[in-house]
Amino acid sequence: MRTTLRYTVLVVMAVIVLFPIVVTIINSLLKPDQIAARPPRLFPDDPQWHSYSTAMDAGKLRLYLRNSFVVAGLITVAQVMTAVFAAYAFAFLRFPLKRTLFVVFLATLMVSGEVTLIINRQTVVALGWFNSYAALIVPFMASGFGAFLLRQAFLTVPQDLRDAAALDGYGHWRFMFRVVVPLARPAIGALSVFSFLLAWNQYLWPLIVTESDSVRTVQIGLRQLRATSIDQINVTFAGTVIAALPIFVLLVLFQKQLVRGLTAGAVKG
Amino acid sequence: MALPDTREASSDSGRRPRGDVRLTGVTKRFGDVVAVDALDLEVHDREFLVLLGPSGCGKSTVLRLVAGLEEASEGTIEIGGEAVEGFEAKDRDVAMVFQSYALYPHMTVRRNIEFPLAARHVPKPERDAAVREAARALDLGPLLDRKPAALSGGQRQRVALARAIVRQPLVFLMDEPLSNLDAKLRVQTRAELIELHRRLATTVIYVTHDQVEAMTMGDRIAVLTDGALQQVGPPQEVYDRPANLFVARFIGSPPMNTVAGRVVDEGEGLAVAVGSATLPLPAATSAAVAASGAAEVVLGVRPEALTIDGGVLPATVTLVESLGHERLVVCGLETGDLVIVRTPGSGEPFRSGDAVKLSAPTAALHVFDAATGDRIDG
Amino acid sequence: MASTFMGAGRRRRTVRERRVREGALAYLLLLPSLVAFAVFVFYPLVKTFSLAFYRTPPFPGLPKRYVGLDQISGVLTSSEFRSSLWITVKFGLLTVAPGIALGLGLAVLAHQTLRGIGVFRTIFSSTVATSVAVASVIFFTLLNPTVGLVTWMLGQTGGTGILQDPTWALPAVAAVTVWQNLGFTFILMSAALQGVPDDLLEAASVDGASPWLRFWRVTFPLLTPTVFFAVVIGSINAFQAFGQIDLLTEGGPLNRTRVLTYYLYQQAFKSNNDGVAAVIAISLFAVTLVLTLVQLRFLERRVSYER
Repeated sequence: MRTTLRYTVLVVMAVIVLFPIVVTIINSLLKPDQIAARPPRLFPDDPQWHSYSTAMDAGKLRLYLRNSFVVAGLITVAQVMTAVFAAYAFAFLRFPLKRTLFVVFLATLMVSGEVTLIINRQTVVALGWFNSYAALIVPFMASGFGAFLLRQAFLTVPQDLRDAAALDGYGHWRFMFRVVVPLARPAIGALSVFSFLLAWNQYLWPLIVTESDSVRTVQIGLRQLRATSIDQINVTFAGTVIAALPIFVLLVLFQKQLVRGLTAGAVKG
Repeated sequence: MALPDTREASSDSGRRPRGDVRLTGVTKRFGDVVAVDALDLEVHDREFLVLLGPSGCGKSTVLRLVAGLEEASEGTIEIGGEAVEGFEAKDRDVAMVFQSYALYPHMTVRRNIEFPLAARHVPKPERDAAVREAARALDLGPLLDRKPAALSGGQRQRVALARAIVRQPLVFLMDEPLSNLDAKLRVQTRAELIELHRRLATTVIYVTHDQVEAMTMGDRIAVLTDGALQQVGPPQEVYDRPANLFVARFIGSPPMNTVAGRVVDEGEGLAVAVGSATLPLPAATSAAVAASGAAEVVLGVRPEALTIDGGVLPATVTLVESLGHERLVVCGLETGDLVIVRTPGSGEPFRSGDAVKLSAPTAALHVFDAATGDRIDG
Repeated sequence: MASTFMGAGRRRRTVRERRVREGALAYLLLLPSLVAFAVFVFYPLVKTFSLAFYRTPPFPGLPKRYVGLDQISGVLTSSEFRSSLWITVKFGLLTVAPGIALGLGLAVLAHQTLRGIGVFRTIFSSTVATSVAVASVIFFTLLNPTVGLVTWMLGQTGGTGILQDPTWALPAVAAVTVWQNLGFTFILMSAALQGVPDDLLEAASVDGASPWLRFWRVTFPLLTPTVFFAVVIGSINAFQAFGQIDLLTEGGPLNRTRVLTYYLYQQAFKSNNDGVAAVIAISLFAVTLVLTLVQLRFLERRVSYER
């Protein structure tokens, strides 16, 4: 009895949470007049796969997706690299003003993107980067959060390993890449997934520094695809499915890293 | 085990590099803390020297200074007759075995062992041969493709040794390499290390706080406390003739009994008064005490030298610990000092509260200046 | 006189030389981050503050005029700013508490040993895959006044539309936001729940505590740090909400969903009112700064300052 009750509650909640997603997928396969039919269709008996190709080609999602992959991918690579470098310096090296610079890194976490928006757009325009990949990528090359996360991970590498490597003949660069980075793989994985997710989902910044489809990302592309007329509503649904798919795949493949990345700093331990 | 004495094989014995280490006036300060204080120490070529001392005495710092992981504040360090100041750790031709073993967790045993050779761009065939030799010497053959996490403590320790010997360094530095092993394995590995040293014929500087390791393994022992050298010598000499009260109390288990006393002139020689009893000193010691002019001394006597047989020292039994083959009888003297007497396991029964009389042979008495703690000796 | 495997090229370096080399390496490693932070974080931060003191003309090229604190006090006391601030606060109230309650509820539901529970966990965390834009476009379509499925389910087909209704637009945007964030909140709460030691609950169970009591007396107190963290994150998100507003309502109807970030966007990029926008940006910064400082006190437990 109790088990049945539990399953009932779980199923009801699952249906509520999944409802928008399921409707989106079903509607993407229906004809526009079927979507408008009341009561609504529950199953597409004649799936309209062409709405996907329409979204990809006429809706330019192919282009937007490529832009998103390039931008989010490069931001991720850049953030991981700068974070590895900075974290290594903070974890393994002695240098003047170490504490001060650490606080500077910490301070960047307190400056939200909104306050820097107006000036950063001016900077990007002044640099001639308006409406280019550079405008979308360069401002996000460094991550204070990433430096923290990796520094914490690097600090768990025993000092003895650094000493052993020094005796074995490994300088800082080789120690970093041969020992520290492999040992910190879980943290680096979490940071990568987290950075990619954040970069992929960006909306406001890409909106104000791009104006042509050639560099616009998928999130901004969806804005264009937002249908107001009934005859392309199926394409809109197909487009949202396509736009969500990469992150869904990421979620399935890297669930552990994603959870670790999302909850970093949240749960004590 | 096979004998991989590649050093002997690969170099002419006449031109074999010297592996002696000499520290002269070496001082290391960390801020205001003096970790090593004006240390003079000479480690002979091929010698097994044990640096012994309580934790925090600076012995590990000495090792790190020789390794080049720390740079001395003052003084010079020579390895093989060459001053090494300014050379980085990798350029000092020394290998180190860490207490934690410091194995790279993400690499197989094989990669761990060849890591120092890869760093020096040794060609692959030579590298493989060296790894094979080292693995053979330490019985690691079947474990080469495992990761450290899949090894037992003893196996990890052997990998750490293999990584050290594969480079064929001039000097081995070992920082408490046995302290993470359980008691039984420690005894066994002790013997293996001695054997390994004999075969490799390389200088070893071995740091430990365990006096049993020091006594059983060292050609010589250097006793350190508070960053200062107390005594250097072969184990038996350090045991028989401790240079000062610290060494006397640190080496030996149970430790040497020490009792404060006053020097009195007995006519035919000096003696030491302890409570109501008077213990005469041997002639040579007597002359030395007279020459030093000390009036207050500390008498030392090892537990096995004391006997409960109606001697001159009145005492009361306070505790009897039976270990089977022997008993440790703790007695309180009139002065309030507690002394330990080591007696055979069987024999006259002693009970707490018994009044007894102790005797100590004159020859077994150690005399220390109460003011300086230094040994007074003939 | 080196042994077999010693490399060539040994070099002596004094302690001082080594320190200098180590310091130089450290600065080289920090340089990329420091340059990026200088150009894209600290410079614009300072510049935005100075911008707030100037009245900027709506067309580029015309000179700025220094007006001191006039513009700042002018904007902060304007009815437009105040209503926008009030809308943002309402938006925060509508998203944070319901979002956490739902996420925690689902986490507790999914934190039981039942066959196939993994499927439910995946479903509950699935909205992590939806970005703000994806969620907004889905609901924009579902809430379409004529063909929207949700509009029909609510019996509003043919009306003005929920997103066009001054009363219901903000709650609707908030609901979309809660749904979009649900996956994240669920993951967060599930991770925290997993951190509650089982033996503690078993002990309480042995002591005869009901499941209801066990949750409120044992589990929930142990979750408070996470709940607090979620409150702070949620509040920061509310003050940064933009995408859903832009895609669902564009600040309307009658500016009833014009949250501060959208107001900033309008002033900066639609009306070219950089001076006014700077004041809004600074006020947003002040709010998020306070919230982030609170949040950092939690991060601090994990981050120690010096090795």
